[in-house]
Amino acid sequence: MVETLLRYRGDEASAAPAVSFAAFADAGNAAAVRIEPGDDARALLPHLSQLARIDIAFPSFGDGRGYSAARILRENGYTGELRAVGDVLIDQLSHMRRCGFDAFAPDRPISADAAAKAFATWPEVYQKTVDGRTPIWALRHRETDHG
Amino acid sequence: MYQYDHYDQAMVDARVAEFRGQVERRLSGELTEDQFKPLRLKNGLYLQLHAYMLRVAIPYGTLSSRQMRLLGDIADKYDRGYGHFTTRQNLQYNWIKLEQTPDILADLATVEMHAIQTSGNCIRNISSDQYAGAAADELVDPRPYAELLRQWSSFHPEFDYLPRKFKFAVIASETDRAAMRLHDIGIQIVANAAGEIGAKFHVGGGMGRTPMIAPVIREFVPALQMISYAEACLRVYNRYGRRDNKYKARIKILIHEIGADEYRRQVEEEFAHILTLGLEPPAAELARIQSFFADPSFEAELPEAIDRSDPDFAVWLDQNTVAHKHPGYTVVTISLKPIGGIPGDASADQMRLMADLARDYSFDELRVTHTQNIVLPHVKKADLYALWQMLEGAGLGSANLDLISDIIACPGLDYCSLANARSIPLAQKISARFADMDRQRDLGELKVKISGCINACGHHHAGHIGILGVDRKGTENYQLSFGGSEAADTSLAQITGPGFSEDGVVDALEKATEVYLAQRSDGERFLDTYRRIGMAPFKEAIYG
Repeated sequence: MVETLLRYRGDEASAAPAVSFAAFADAGNAAAVRIEPGDDARALLPHLSQLARIDIAFPSFGDGRGYSAARILRENGYTGELRAVGDVLIDQLSHMRRCGFDAFAPDRPISADAAAKAFATWPEVYQKTVDGRTPIWALRHRETDHG
Repeated sequence: MYQYDHYDQAMVDARVAEFRGQVERRLSGELTEDQFKPLRLKNGLYLQLHAYMLRVAIPYGTLSSRQMRLLGDIADKYDRGYGHFTTRQNLQYNWIKLEQTPDILADLATVEMHAIQTSGNCIRNISSDQYAGAAADELVDPRPYAELLRQWSSFHPEFDYLPRKFKFAVIASETDRAAMRLHDIGIQIVANAAGEIGAKFHVGGGMGRTPMIAPVIREFVPALQMISYAEACLRVYNRYGRRDNKYKARIKILIHEIGADEYRRQVEEEFAHILTLGLEPPAAELARIQSFFADPSFEAELPEAIDRSDPDFAVWLDQNTVAHKHPGYTVVTISLKPIGGIPGDASADQMRLMADLARDYSFDELRVTHTQNIVLPHVKKADLYALWQMLEGAGLGSANLDLISDIIACPGLDYCSLANARSIPLAQKISARFADMDRQRDLGELKVKISGCINACGHHHAGHIGILGVDRKGTENYQLSFGGSEAADTSLAQITGPGFSEDGVVDALEKATEVYLAQRSDGERFLDTYRRIGMAPFKEAIYG
């Protein structure tokens, strides 16, 4: 089955339309915003508590700025939906999830089964990021502690 | 050397499985070439002029004999019986079939090797000093720090789609043997006044069409904050590096445009934030990695004397060995630059022989150098003559380390789809012109580096003599430059003037050596004389 939205959250999806970054700066009370690669995610930090959803646009899969934007938002305590929108390909899903995305609206649909397989690509991870996975270096020394 | 545990092995195995699936999807047409390209590049697979090329990662240039032997076996099984060692301390196979690449990667994984991130706009294989762990002049072994960076940068989720490729080099001595300041990040492991170990970060160096020497961005990052600082450096680059023009997308351009001070300010701000996240591996992890790089069991009270009665051996001994930190041992460089040969190429048989020699004479270890040679790091002085005889018998006994025939050359138009001109035949002609060993030794240290296009894979900007091949109205043309260096006295070469034909550039180079011989003072290398007398006398001889 093909989905247009892959979402990995327990709550209801926000139906609010995402306003552009510029419109958000003007109005300032929207519940959903969309940021483009050149927008500074840090400008949203004072407003995180009012946001239920942040869409991060990937006009081209090769433009990786959205990965940093996502991590910055999560590292600063954002807990709402973080949606990757646009040229989002199956081979990017796993890294995007590691950077804090929990929803995906790819231009070309990706099936939930294929996505599940992509998320299972890596048995473990080398880096500590914002997805809560324990990095390999921590696993190694936890094992050592317990003999 | 480092050995995988089950975690490292599982990651590499997962990558093989992932790539096997991607190749299947490409072969079935599910993936377009445009979609497949970045995926294959992250596994080191390029489409060249005639075939696929696979670039195998050799982290910090260190190999075991088992690994080297497998590289030879792969050359026989999947290629045409040879491989090419590169200026990034890696190995390239030039005649690869797409459908066989997953099997090659699976073979590599059996000896803890891979082709991960040897291409693409991500953090590439980390390079280092080929004499690490053996050099008499190093502060510590830099490779544990390089390994820490290797693990951190492998499959880094945030930095897989950077504006452009990103290269690290890590050294730990004042003598720079790794062209450290010509990397995106060059780290020198240093000690501070209190004797603590840390990392001196140089950021924004590189060659390519806009060569730059990396400025120091931080004098001292404590060892246990190195990963966090690297993360900050990369994040600023990922967010603000240029993406509008691939020729201006390297970090050197960002730093050039905003200035080192502003870049430093942004990195420090990000670093302060990242330190609060606790993502640095602990001291125990660095110690675990360091334990793999402990000295091998060197023997004590070995003889220092070497029988020099064979004059050919004596020449090789003087040219291709350097001082080892432990008495009774020496560091041997095996030249892959025979006269008239292809710089950096080794046959499958030569690779297997070098593997055997490493097993028998060098504690099972080899290194690849950025100058496209192979090092046996720990050889007993008493074994040198026997070792040399074996090398001689296999065409590996060239006594030309750092001499004019020890040329760096990129693959050039013989293989590369980016090249404008051939590099290999030119290197062959130069080495043939200067084949006489007495003449080479008289000329002394003279580093010739040839690139077949402006991307500078052959490091021509850093050559004492650099040659750049360009396309001029459909014919190959070679621009000559002097005065570059990739060593601790890093400098960029200056172009002499109008370019030459292939034969013309060999003649011009020869005239330049004559100027040097006529003008040199005692003990001066070509580079020193050039720096003292300047371009004018050379120009006059070449164009006059």
